[in-house]
Amino acid sequence: MSNAGYVRIALILGFITALEVSTYYVDFGPLFLPALLIMMSIKFVMVVSYFMHLKFDNKIFSMMFYAGLILAIGVYSAALATFKFFLS
Amino acid sequence: MADLAVHKEADHNAHASSSGISNVKLGMWLFLGSECLLFGGLISTYMLYRGRVGQGPTPAQVFDIPFTSVSSFVLLMSSLTMVLAVSSATKKDDRGTTLWLTVTALLGATFVGGQVYEFTAFKSEGLGFGTSLFSSSFYTLTGFHGVHVTVGIIMLMAMVGIIQRSEFPGSKAETIEMIGLYWHFVDIVWIVIFTLIYLIPV
Repeated sequence: MSNAGYVRIALILGFITALEVSTYYVDFGPLFLPALLIMMSIKFVMVVSYFMHLKFDNKIFSMMFYAGLILAIGVYSAALATFKFFLS
Repeated sequence: MADLAVHKEADHNAHASSSGISNVKLGMWLFLGSECLLFGGLISTYMLYRGRVGQGPTPAQVFDIPFTSVSSFVLLMSSLTMVLAVSSATKKDDRGTTLWLTVTALLGATFVGGQVYEFTAFKSEGLGFGTSLFSSSFYTLTGFHGVHVTVGIIMLMAMVGIIQRSEFPGSKAETIEMIGLYWHFVDIVWIVIFTLIYLIPV
Protein backbone atom coordinates (compact mmCIF):
# COMPACT_ATOMS: atom_id res chain seq x y z
CA MET A 1 0.00 0.00 0.00
CA SER A 2 1.29 3.48 -0.88
CA ASN A 3 1.80 6.33 1.60
CA ALA A 4 -1.08 8.19 -0.06
CA GLY A 5 -3.26 5.14 0.64
CA TYR A 6 -2.31 5.27 4.34
CA VAL A 7 -3.18 8.98 4.47
CA ARG A 8 -6.58 8.22 2.89
CA ILE A 9 -7.24 5.54 5.53
CA ALA A 10 -6.25 7.99 8.28
CA LEU A 11 -8.62 10.64 6.88
CA ILE A 12 -11.48 8.12 6.86
CA LEU A 13 -10.63 7.16 10.46
CA GLY A 14 -10.61 10.82 11.46
CA PHE A 15 -13.99 11.37 9.78
CA ILE A 16 -15.52 8.36 11.57
CA THR A 17 -14.13 9.67 14.88
CA ALA A 18 -15.83 13.01 14.23
CA LEU A 19 -19.10 11.16 13.54
CA GLU A 20 -18.67 9.20 16.77
CA VAL A 21 -18.17 12.38 18.78
CA SER A 22 -21.24 13.93 17.12
CA THR A 23 -23.42 11.16 18.65
CA TYR A 24 -22.61 12.66 22.05
CA TYR A 25 -24.22 15.98 21.08
CA VAL A 26 -26.88 14.98 18.50
CA ASP A 27 -29.81 12.78 19.52
CA PHE A 28 -29.77 9.67 17.31
CA GLY A 29 -32.59 8.01 19.29
CA PRO A 30 -32.57 4.19 19.28
CA LEU A 31 -29.85 4.19 16.59
CA PHE A 32 -27.35 5.75 19.00
CA LEU A 33 -25.84 2.56 20.46
CA PRO A 34 -25.81 0.40 17.30
CA ALA A 35 -24.35 3.28 15.26
CA LEU A 36 -21.60 3.86 17.81
CA LEU A 37 -20.68 0.17 18.03
CA ILE A 38 -20.65 -0.20 14.23
CA MET A 39 -18.40 2.86 13.82
CA MET A 40 -16.06 1.55 16.54
CA SER A 41 -15.89 -1.84 14.79
CA ILE A 42 -15.18 -0.25 11.39
CA LYS A 43 -12.30 1.79 12.86
CA PHE A 44 -10.93 -1.27 14.65
CA VAL A 45 -10.99 -3.46 11.51
CA MET A 46 -9.52 -0.68 9.34
CA VAL A 47 -6.51 -0.17 11.62
CA VAL A 48 -5.94 -3.93 11.98
CA SER A 49 -6.38 -4.64 8.26
CA TYR A 50 -4.49 -1.73 6.70
CA PHE A 51 -2.13 -0.21 9.28
CA MET A 52 -1.23 -3.60 10.80
CA HIS A 53 -1.25 -5.17 7.30
CA LEU A 54 -3.32 -8.15 8.45
CA LYS A 55 -5.37 -8.00 5.24
CA PHE A 56 -2.24 -8.54 3.11
CA ASP A 57 -0.25 -10.79 5.45
CA ASN A 58 -0.19 -14.53 6.09
CA LYS A 59 -3.57 -15.82 7.32
CA ILE A 60 -1.96 -17.49 10.34
CA PHE A 61 -1.37 -14.04 11.88
CA SER A 62 -5.07 -13.23 11.49
CA MET A 63 -5.91 -16.53 13.18
CA MET A 64 -3.56 -15.76 16.09
CA PHE A 65 -5.02 -12.33 16.67
CA TYR A 66 -8.70 -12.96 16.02
CA ALA A 67 -8.59 -16.16 18.11
CA GLY A 68 -7.46 -14.07 21.09
CA LEU A 69 -10.01 -11.36 20.32
CA ILE A 70 -12.95 -13.75 19.89
CA LEU A 71 -11.92 -15.67 23.01
CA ALA A 72 -11.82 -12.40 24.97
CA ILE A 73 -15.23 -11.28 23.67
CA GLY A 74 -16.75 -14.69 24.42
CA VAL A 75 -15.27 -15.08 27.91
CA TYR A 76 -16.08 -11.56 29.06
CA SER A 77 -19.55 -11.51 27.49
CA ALA A 78 -20.28 -14.67 29.46
CA ALA A 79 -18.83 -13.10 32.60
CA LEU A 80 -20.94 -9.94 32.14
CA ALA A 81 -24.05 -12.05 31.43
CA THR A 82 -23.43 -13.88 34.71
CA PHE A 83 -23.68 -10.53 36.48
CA LYS A 84 -26.90 -9.75 34.52
CA PHE A 85 -25.12 -6.80 32.84
CA PHE A 86 -27.13 -7.04 29.61
CA LEU A 87 -30.46 -6.99 31.44
CA SER A 88 -29.76 -3.68 33.17
CA MET B 1 35.37 -7.99 6.05
CA ALA B 2 33.08 -8.14 3.02
CA ASP B 3 31.74 -11.50 4.22
CA LEU B 4 31.03 -10.01 7.63
CA ALA B 5 29.16 -7.08 6.05
CA VAL B 6 26.98 -9.38 3.95
CA HIS B 7 26.32 -11.55 6.99
CA LYS B 8 25.32 -8.54 9.10
CA GLU B 9 23.07 -7.16 6.37
CA ALA B 10 21.24 -10.47 6.13
CA ASP B 11 20.77 -10.57 9.91
CA HIS B 12 17.27 -9.15 9.84
CA ASN B 13 16.06 -12.10 7.76
CA ALA B 14 17.50 -14.61 10.22
CA HIS B 15 14.22 -15.01 12.14
CA ALA B 16 12.35 -16.68 9.27
CA SER B 17 11.29 -20.23 10.07
CA SER B 18 11.14 -23.28 7.77
CA SER B 19 7.49 -22.40 7.07
CA GLY B 20 8.57 -19.02 5.68
CA ILE B 21 6.79 -17.22 8.49
CA SER B 22 8.82 -14.94 10.73
CA ASN B 23 8.97 -16.37 14.26
CA VAL B 24 9.28 -12.87 15.70
CA LYS B 25 6.13 -11.74 13.90
CA LEU B 26 4.25 -14.88 14.89
CA GLY B 27 5.25 -14.31 18.51
CA MET B 28 4.18 -10.67 18.31
CA TRP B 29 0.70 -11.54 16.99
CA LEU B 30 0.34 -14.22 19.67
CA PHE B 31 1.29 -11.62 22.29
CA LEU B 32 -1.25 -9.14 20.89
CA GLY B 33 -3.94 -11.85 20.91
CA SER B 34 -3.21 -12.43 24.61
CA GLU B 35 -3.30 -8.68 25.25
CA CYS B 36 -6.92 -8.73 24.01
CA LEU B 37 -7.69 -10.91 27.04
CA LEU B 38 -5.93 -8.50 29.41
CA PHE B 39 -7.77 -5.42 28.16
CA GLY B 40 -11.00 -7.39 27.77
CA GLY B 41 -10.88 -8.12 31.50
CA LEU B 42 -10.21 -4.49 32.40
CA ILE B 43 -12.94 -3.16 30.07
CA SER B 44 -15.48 -5.71 31.37
CA THR B 45 -14.67 -4.77 34.97
CA TYR B 46 -15.21 -1.11 34.15
CA MET B 47 -18.51 -1.83 32.37
CA LEU B 48 -19.70 -3.74 35.41
CA TYR B 49 -18.76 -1.05 37.92
CA ARG B 50 -19.29 2.19 35.96
CA GLY B 51 -22.60 2.84 37.72
CA ARG B 52 -21.20 2.21 41.20
CA VAL B 53 -20.18 5.79 42.00
CA GLY B 54 -20.97 5.81 45.72
CA GLN B 55 -20.64 9.35 47.09
CA GLY B 56 -18.20 10.38 44.35
CA PRO B 57 -18.83 12.14 41.03
CA THR B 58 -20.46 10.28 38.11
CA PRO B 59 -18.73 9.74 34.74
CA ALA B 60 -20.95 12.42 33.14
CA GLN B 61 -19.85 14.95 35.78
CA VAL B 62 -16.12 14.51 35.21
CA PHE B 63 -15.62 13.43 31.59
CA ASP B 64 -14.51 16.19 29.23
CA ILE B 65 -15.56 14.81 25.83
CA PRO B 66 -14.06 17.60 23.62
CA PHE B 67 -10.68 17.21 25.34
CA THR B 68 -10.69 13.39 25.13
CA SER B 69 -11.83 13.57 21.49
CA VAL B 70 -8.76 15.64 20.61
CA SER B 71 -6.53 13.17 22.52
CA SER B 72 -8.14 10.28 20.62
CA PHE B 73 -7.53 12.05 17.32
CA VAL B 74 -3.87 12.62 18.25
CA LEU B 75 -3.39 8.91 19.02
CA LEU B 76 -5.18 7.95 15.82
CA MET B 77 -2.85 10.18 13.78
CA SER B 78 0.15 8.63 15.55
CA SER B 79 -0.90 5.36 13.91
CA LEU B 80 -0.56 7.07 10.53
CA THR B 81 2.94 8.37 11.33
CA MET B 82 3.90 4.90 12.64
CA VAL B 83 2.82 3.19 9.43
CA LEU B 84 4.79 5.81 7.47
CA ALA B 85 7.84 4.94 9.62
CA VAL B 86 7.41 1.24 8.78
CA SER B 87 7.00 2.14 5.11
CA SER B 88 10.23 4.19 5.17
CA ALA B 89 12.07 1.37 6.95
CA THR B 90 11.10 -1.17 4.29
CA LYS B 91 12.41 1.28 1.67
CA LYS B 92 15.73 1.44 3.63
CA ASP B 93 15.17 5.19 4.14
CA ASP B 94 16.70 5.67 7.60
CA ARG B 95 16.23 9.45 7.56
CA GLY B 96 12.48 9.11 6.89
CA THR B 97 12.20 6.30 9.43
CA THR B 98 13.86 8.40 12.13
CA LEU B 99 11.63 11.38 11.32
CA TRP B 100 8.35 9.42 11.46
CA LEU B 101 9.38 7.46 14.57
CA THR B 102 10.15 10.74 16.35
CA VAL B 103 6.84 12.30 15.26
CA THR B 104 5.01 9.17 16.47
CA ALA B 105 6.76 9.36 19.85
CA LEU B 106 5.86 13.07 20.14
CA LEU B 107 2.19 12.38 19.34
CA GLY B 108 2.23 9.53 21.87
CA ALA B 109 3.78 11.84 24.48
CA THR B 110 1.05 14.42 23.75
CA PHE B 111 -1.57 11.74 24.38
CA VAL B 112 0.06 10.63 27.66
CA GLY B 113 0.43 14.29 28.71
CA GLY B 114 -3.29 14.74 28.06
CA GLN B 115 -4.06 11.70 30.16
CA VAL B 116 -1.95 13.01 33.06
CA TYR B 117 -3.79 16.36 32.79
CA GLU B 118 -7.14 14.53 32.72
CA PHE B 119 -6.27 12.45 35.79
CA THR B 120 -5.15 15.58 37.65
CA ALA B 121 -8.40 17.38 36.75
CA PHE B 122 -10.48 14.38 37.87
CA LYS B 123 -8.59 14.21 41.16
CA SER B 124 -9.23 17.90 41.81
CA GLU B 125 -12.95 17.26 41.15
CA GLY B 126 -12.97 14.64 43.91
CA LEU B 127 -12.45 11.49 41.85
CA GLY B 128 -9.57 9.69 43.54
CA PHE B 129 -8.50 6.09 42.87
CA GLY B 130 -10.35 4.79 45.93
CA THR B 131 -13.39 7.08 45.74
CA SER B 132 -15.68 4.46 44.21
CA LEU B 133 -15.72 1.22 42.24
CA PHE B 134 -16.22 3.36 39.13
CA SER B 135 -13.09 5.42 39.80
CA SER B 136 -10.93 2.39 40.67
CA SER B 137 -11.92 0.50 37.53
CA PHE B 138 -11.60 3.65 35.38
CA TYR B 139 -8.11 4.56 36.60
CA THR B 140 -6.94 0.92 36.36
CA LEU B 141 -8.14 0.58 32.75
CA THR B 142 -6.97 3.92 31.41
CA GLY B 143 -3.80 3.77 33.54
CA PHE B 144 -2.87 0.38 32.08
CA HIS B 145 -3.44 1.80 28.60
CA GLY B 146 -1.31 4.86 29.44
CA VAL B 147 1.52 2.60 30.63
CA HIS B 148 1.31 0.70 27.32
CA VAL B 149 1.60 3.98 25.38
CA THR B 150 4.56 5.03 27.56
CA VAL B 151 6.33 1.70 26.92
CA GLY B 152 5.67 2.27 23.20
CA ILE B 153 7.26 5.74 23.36
CA ILE B 154 10.35 4.29 25.08
CA MET B 155 10.63 1.62 22.35
CA LEU B 156 10.26 4.27 19.61
CA MET B 157 12.97 6.51 21.06
CA ALA B 158 15.26 3.52 21.68
CA MET B 159 14.75 2.54 18.03
CA VAL B 160 15.71 6.05 16.89
CA GLY B 161 18.95 5.71 18.88
CA ILE B 162 19.62 2.24 17.42
CA ILE B 163 19.06 3.49 13.84
CA GLN B 164 21.53 6.34 14.44
CA ARG B 165 24.21 3.75 15.33
CA SER B 166 23.23 1.27 12.64
CA GLU B 167 25.74 0.66 9.84
CA PHE B 168 23.31 -0.60 7.21
CA PRO B 169 20.19 1.30 6.06
CA GLY B 170 16.94 -0.60 6.63
CA SER B 171 18.61 -3.34 8.70
CA LYS B 172 16.09 -2.85 11.52
CA ALA B 173 12.99 -3.00 9.32
CA GLU B 174 11.51 -6.07 11.01
CA THR B 175 12.05 -4.67 14.52
CA ILE B 176 10.36 -1.41 13.49
CA GLU B 177 7.46 -3.40 12.04
CA MET B 178 7.06 -5.20 15.40
CA ILE B 179 7.08 -1.90 17.31
CA GLY B 180 4.51 -0.68 14.76
CA LEU B 181 2.25 -3.66 15.47
CA TYR B 182 2.45 -2.92 19.21
CA TRP B 183 1.73 0.77 18.62
CA HIS B 184 -1.29 0.11 16.41
CA PHE B 185 -2.60 -2.34 18.99
CA VAL B 186 -2.42 0.37 21.64
CA ASP B 187 -4.39 2.57 19.22
CA ILE B 188 -7.15 -0.01 18.61
CA VAL B 189 -7.51 -0.55 22.36
CA TRP B 190 -8.09 3.19 22.71
CA ILE B 191 -10.65 3.09 19.87
CA VAL B 192 -12.64 0.64 22.02
CA ILE B 193 -12.05 2.52 25.31
CA PHE B 194 -13.06 5.87 23.80
CA THR B 195 -16.38 4.48 22.53
CA LEU B 196 -17.36 2.22 25.43
CA ILE B 197 -16.08 4.31 28.32
CA TYR B 198 -16.41 7.93 27.19
CA LEU B 199 -19.15 8.08 24.56
CA ILE B 200 -21.71 5.60 25.89
CA PRO B 201 -23.45 7.20 28.88
CA VAL B 202 -24.10 5.16 32.06
